[in-house]
Amino acid sequence: MSDTPNVVTGDLEAPTTEAPAEAESTSSETADRKREVHDMWVAGTEEPAWMRSYTDEGAQEILAAEDESAPELTRGTVVEDDFIFDDVADDDELQILNMGPQHPSTHGVLRLHLELDGETIRRVKPIIGYLHTGMEKTAETLTYMQGSTNVTRMDYLSPMHMELAFSLAVESLLGVEIPERGQAIRVLLTELNRVSSHLVWCATQGTDLGAVSMLIFGLRDREYILQFFEKVTGLRMNHNFIRPGGVAADLPDGWEEDIEAILQKVPQGVSEYEELFNGNPIFRDRTMGVGVITPEECKALGVSGPIARASGINWDLRKAFPYSGIDKYDFDVPVGKHGDVWDRYLVRMEEIKQSLGIVKQVLETIPGGDYRTTDRKVTPPPRKRIDESMEALIHHFKLFTSGFKVPAGESYAAVESPRGELGMYVVSDGREKPWRLHARTPSFNHVQALPTMMTDSLVADIVATIASADPVLGDVDR
Amino acid sequence: MTDSPMTDSPMTDSAMTDGPVTDVFAPLAKAFPEVEFEQVLESQQDVAHVPADRYVDFVAAARTAGFDVFVDLCGVDYLRSNPRYEVVTNLLSHEHVRRLRIRVGVSGTEPVLSSITSVFPGANFYEREVYDLFGIVFDGHPDLTRILMPDDWEGHPLRKNYSVGSVPVRFKESPKAQ
Repeated sequence: MSDTPNVVTGDLEAPTTEAPAEAESTSSETADRKREVHDMWVAGTEEPAWMRSYTDEGAQEILAAEDESAPELTRGTVVEDDFIFDDVADDDELQILNMGPQHPSTHGVLRLHLELDGETIRRVKPIIGYLHTGMEKTAETLTYMQGSTNVTRMDYLSPMHMELAFSLAVESLLGVEIPERGQAIRVLLTELNRVSSHLVWCATQGTDLGAVSMLIFGLRDREYILQFFEKVTGLRMNHNFIRPGGVAADLPDGWEEDIEAILQKVPQGVSEYEELFNGNPIFRDRTMGVGVITPEECKALGVSGPIARASGINWDLRKAFPYSGIDKYDFDVPVGKHGDVWDRYLVRMEEIKQSLGIVKQVLETIPGGDYRTTDRKVTPPPRKRIDESMEALIHHFKLFTSGFKVPAGESYAAVESPRGELGMYVVSDGREKPWRLHARTPSFNHVQALPTMMTDSLVADIVATIASADPVLGDVDR
Repeated sequence: MTDSPMTDSPMTDSAMTDGPVTDVFAPLAKAFPEVEFEQVLESQQDVAHVPADRYVDFVAAARTAGFDVFVDLCGVDYLRSNPRYEVVTNLLSHEHVRRLRIRVGVSGTEPVLSSITSVFPGANFYEREVYDLFGIVFDGHPDLTRILMPDDWEGHPLRKNYSVGSVPVRFKESPKAQ
């Protein structure tokens, strides 16, 4: 496979719930076909070898026009990746359009390879990897103490959820219990993070559909939450605040007033946005019945979160597998009916309100006590103890130089992030660094489901659909 | 937090009678006697060790048995063990409110495994990712190409024998600076 760098084999059909027709072909047949394709490309080219692998976007080779193997291209079994429009377009009068990776409406570096029949999209191929920085490999070189600094950068719009999922996975291997105050702080921060992430979604969804002022409104309200995060964690994003063993620090003095201000300002903003959107004929026309995905497709494609709920699946990990004591709080799970962009809008707006309700309950019921576990093998000792106790000094030194050891084993922990099921699969070999860390990120599945949502819809609906899927490309590529 | 931490005992029929939902694996265990069930850490982490040749059948049977939500698929490189690689598939059942983690060993000399895209189309991107980062070939995959790395990349980065690499840093007046 690796010797045919730029040749994409296989058909390009959007994933459906039906089995692919060629699933039965044996491996030897596949291998033969690949070899044949490879020979065809190399033999058919007149270019010098250096030109073939010159660009970092892939090789540029031009197929001889009279090549006998051209029918393979028309059947769609061989599709050339970059730059060259294959013969499919000419024969079926399909137009190929590259959207992205620098398109503002793709929410990052998502590239869509679109095949258009007039105004209608016939095939979509999402191409990702432009933001791949090898974070899973990096995680293997970082200790569990440093790990949360790494994972928090994956989904930069919901860093708290990334940290929480990582911490839960490590803690389940360690078998440590988090004190109730620590759990309440985690719930407070993750639910606020859900609100801030949904506000960004609200801003971008509005902008993509022409309500440009929505961008300013959404980011304005998100700013209240980011300022609170900055006060608590020291950073606006990439907090590294939720760590294995608890949270990094207690809440600062006067945090109650800040939360009360958020609880007063954000719902006010949300009701304004609802006023802006709900009766807006343009917004309704551009979202209702657009980007539909059925519950069955959601399950088969692994689509979760607000998108799955908008299609009618009553599923929320906070209710199904409660984590961090979130089952103590009273909240509802909004469920849509039609699975279109409009229902996703309704579901997310309701989730903002429900999350603010949880924040209010945390504010009223937060218990006192410790905010992290007292297990000194996991938690660094308080600064004061270092001056007094030799043992505390040793623990502090050991923790920050070599980290703590995690018992061998594997664990999968998932939280309900603003985008859906966010899972962390940690394999430990008993040392200070994870043997393997895999992040199951919801955006990855949602980008994969974009063809299902978009196929046979109009070009103008692409931006509405992408915005409603709310992908974060840092989350997709990791 | 855990009732039975790190238990290695296979979930036999007698061990699965502690709740109404725990017997959801009984039909699967009966149809696949060679599959070894195991419960790790918390009760929601159920692991099935499946032989590679029964992998697709087992996933299809699990889908029929209610585990109809595709969650995750990833590779792990256990460098010195045999088989070297493992492909871990996570399924979820909304009906039983339960997860099932399927672990399949893949040989290090000939890393080939059947694709489950015919059962779960959602595995498409995940198998491409595992192919890209581990070099495990999924037989029957409709479009097995690199997904995260550039198309002309050589090697598979998440393999344990793939170095992270380094950039040499030159320090002033260091004797090693030459």
